[in-house]
Amino acid sequence: MKPKVAFYWCASCGGCEEAVVDLDEKILDVANAVDIVFWPVALDFKEHDVEAMPDGSILASFINGAIRNSDQLKIAKLLRAKSQVVVAFGVCAQLGGIPGLANMSDAKGIFAEVYRDGVAPVRLHRENGHSLSLPEFFDTVVALDRVIDVDYYVPGCPPTPKIIGDALGALLGSNLPPKGTVLAPDQALCEQCPRKDTRPEKLLLKELKRVHQVVADQQTCLLAQGLACLGPATRAGCEAMCIRGNMPCTGCFGPTSRVRDFGAKALSAIASVIDSNDEGEITRILEALPDPVGTFYRYSLPSSLLGRRRME
Amino acid sequence: MIRLTIDGKTTEVERGTTLLHAARFLDIKIPTLCYHPLIKPFAACRLCVVEVKRSWGMELVPSCHVACQEGMEVSTGSSHVLAARRLVLELMLARWPNVPILRKYAAELGLEKPRFASPLRDEREDACILCGLCVRACDEVVGASAISFAERGIGRRVATPFNLESESCIACGACALVCPTSYIKFEAEDHRGKPPEFLLDPNTAIYMPTAQAVPKVPSIDRDSCIHFQTGGCQKCVEVCEPGAVNHKMVDEEIEVEVGQVLVAIGYDTFDPTPMAQYAYGRLDNVYTGLEVERMLNSTGPTGGRVLLKNGKPPRAVGIVHCVGSRDENYHRYCSRVCCMYALKFAHVVKERSGAEIYNFYIDMRAFGKGYEEFYSRVLNEGANVIRGKVAEVVQAGWSKQKEGALLLRCEDTLIGRFREIPVDMVILCNAIEPRRDAEQVGRLFGLSRSPDGFFLERHPKLDPVATMTDGIFVAGCAQGPKDIPDVVAQACAAAARMMATISKGEVEIDPVRAEVMEEYCSGCRVCSALCPYSAISYVAERKVSQVNSALCKGCGTCVAACPSGAMTGYGFTDRQINAELEGVLAV
Repeated sequence: MKPKVAFYWCASCGGCEEAVVDLDEKILDVANAVDIVFWPVALDFKEHDVEAMPDGSILASFINGAIRNSDQLKIAKLLRAKSQVVVAFGVCAQLGGIPGLANMSDAKGIFAEVYRDGVAPVRLHRENGHSLSLPEFFDTVVALDRVIDVDYYVPGCPPTPKIIGDALGALLGSNLPPKGTVLAPDQALCEQCPRKDTRPEKLLLKELKRVHQVVADQQTCLLAQGLACLGPATRAGCEAMCIRGNMPCTGCFGPTSRVRDFGAKALSAIASVIDSNDEGEITRILEALPDPVGTFYRYSLPSSLLGRRRME
Repeated sequence: MIRLTIDGKTTEVERGTTLLHAARFLDIKIPTLCYHPLIKPFAACRLCVVEVKRSWGMELVPSCHVACQEGMEVSTGSSHVLAARRLVLELMLARWPNVPILRKYAAELGLEKPRFASPLRDEREDACILCGLCVRACDEVVGASAISFAERGIGRRVATPFNLESESCIACGACALVCPTSYIKFEAEDHRGKPPEFLLDPNTAIYMPTAQAVPKVPSIDRDSCIHFQTGGCQKCVEVCEPGAVNHKMVDEEIEVEVGQVLVAIGYDTFDPTPMAQYAYGRLDNVYTGLEVERMLNSTGPTGGRVLLKNGKPPRAVGIVHCVGSRDENYHRYCSRVCCMYALKFAHVVKERSGAEIYNFYIDMRAFGKGYEEFYSRVLNEGANVIRGKVAEVVQAGWSKQKEGALLLRCEDTLIGRFREIPVDMVILCNAIEPRRDAEQVGRLFGLSRSPDGFFLERHPKLDPVATMTDGIFVAGCAQGPKDIPDVVAQACAAAARMMATISKGEVEIDPVRAEVMEEYCSGCRVCSALCPYSAISYVAERKVSQVNSALCKGCGTCVAACPSGAMTGYGFTDRQINAELEGVLAV
């Protein structure tokens, strides 16, 4: 009997599901090797089908997206119970991801912003003896491993086909990596960067720039050109796809295993190139980065030491 | 060696020596016109003829051209010789009656007026006498061949091809230099012996950089030297007896491996132009301290005399202290040397020009040994000192009598009054400031700088010559403004510190240091830029960074900064610190 596999999405954009489809013809190899028992985005299985399975009957569940409401929490716990291995798939499940930036606000604030003068959703609605309920919208978005035990992580926004292929290979192989492993290289992205040799020995800048302000040179280190490239702080594995597209790294592969707080390290990498000892000048240089949380914690705010903005 | 007799005197000369040289060696005078010691003999003018005894009788030969032979008997003053010379000069004088060198030789030979009249008579004093020196200098020495004789016979003259401006001419001036009549003039000024501040370029192609150059050897200016333009000349090589001139030397970069470096890059002086109130660069006779120092120098432009721009000595001189120093707008620090050199100026300027001296000071800082005594001496000599910062320097007025006079406006804080002092020279004692390349040098050696921009010593009291980078020492004004005795003391201290390390033969380092975990290093080089000791370098072959453990002080900056956590601090690893925290927090 083929091993059973489940896919599920929590708070995510759907890009990770696309990434699975992006495996192209390899998806057929996957389908041949495993039995997909749950994949709401593609196959018609229901929650009660999973509930009916014996515990531990699924070999691996690939869960993408952060946990933002009670429904996602429930399914995550359900899949945990039914699976031998849970893989946090993509950076939202791993670190909180883009949805995690909602931690700069709270449920009330978000509803006030989104439904400002319209009809706000209610959790339970009764009409003519029927009732309709919505899941609870949490104040704080968390990464998957804050609510269930996670065995492995596949980083990326979304994970690249190569990373997915390698991760599946590792899971189907005989030697399972130690629990908690991020299934990607454990060095920073500069290692894989084609422009690595163009970075000066001592890089010091008087000015930072944003991507819309310059036409970046296609050969030179983007950080040396004043663009806040987070490659030095970001885990390798994507083979510098963004840099090959002449865009700076935004850090979607998260930190290396030795780093506790990605944003702090990314901030230190950028701050280290600022060439000034004068507070006023430093402030002026950093004004080029008007959204530090969105720049340095774009994918990792919920799992950072900060976690969220202070609740009023 | 060849033995010969000239005018009865026997001498020995080397083979190849001309009769002219041999005669001059014996102090026998022979007049010459077309001869120059650095140009091959031409024997055109026949003025240097001498008589040589031959088997067939006496023969007249040009002494510049004929080589000495064994047993030769030469007569330079016989009537035969003199008559020949007289005839040559007579013929030349007939054509060029007023050329001074011809008239001089003619007078020596007792010739007053030529017997002949020439249809080509040219009465100019600077007429061309067709000696050909210029043509030969241009061809043989310079190698440019830009001029030559044109036409023949009585039409002969010196000219450029087709009388047009020649592209071959490199404007070296060699033709004008050798011309005995100044027929060829070179309009460039001869700057030899003039002080360099009057010139835009070196005054000669081979020159002494300054009067007190160290080492005291001349250098060659490649842009002006004829040899570097035509490949010829090299006359300096011929005349330099020790053979010290070498045109083949090129600038070279020499790499020297050293274990310690003393950084003593000195200082720049503050440019007072931005202080518009002092009118530096705007009004005449307003000078900076260094400019006056140059003027007082005996090899300086005025030979050490104190002069105004109009060449007259000043009647009153104002000396302004603290220009750019002790000033919130420029440098807040005290420049330390200015008070004393201002007093020196007061003393020297008064001594040399007799001018009335006014020193304007904020506080008189005569702190060193013997300085206060010197201050008293200058006061006794009659220098006026006024406590107050000068507000402005203005032109005194527009009337003819007052032309060029300056007014110094200031508050005399000791008498509590505003004053206007008329002077005709103002000396601005401008501040010492860090060298403009101090930042780059600091970065090169990993030196930090204090807020004033000077290099920071390790400890202001206990370690004033060492820096935070091991093996790098500082001395002199690179570390802060100071006078000569302080600089000498500091430099000696630094040298002693370096000698101590050398004689010990080894250095001790702290076990606390950082190390790169190469298997995790991505080679992003964030650490290298941050290391305050320049201990981290990038290994291009392995594409990782590396810590030089001899330089690392274990400060941990790189450990904290490494964006991928590939740097570890011995004794303070994350695991150790986390374990300590857990221990402390476990109740």
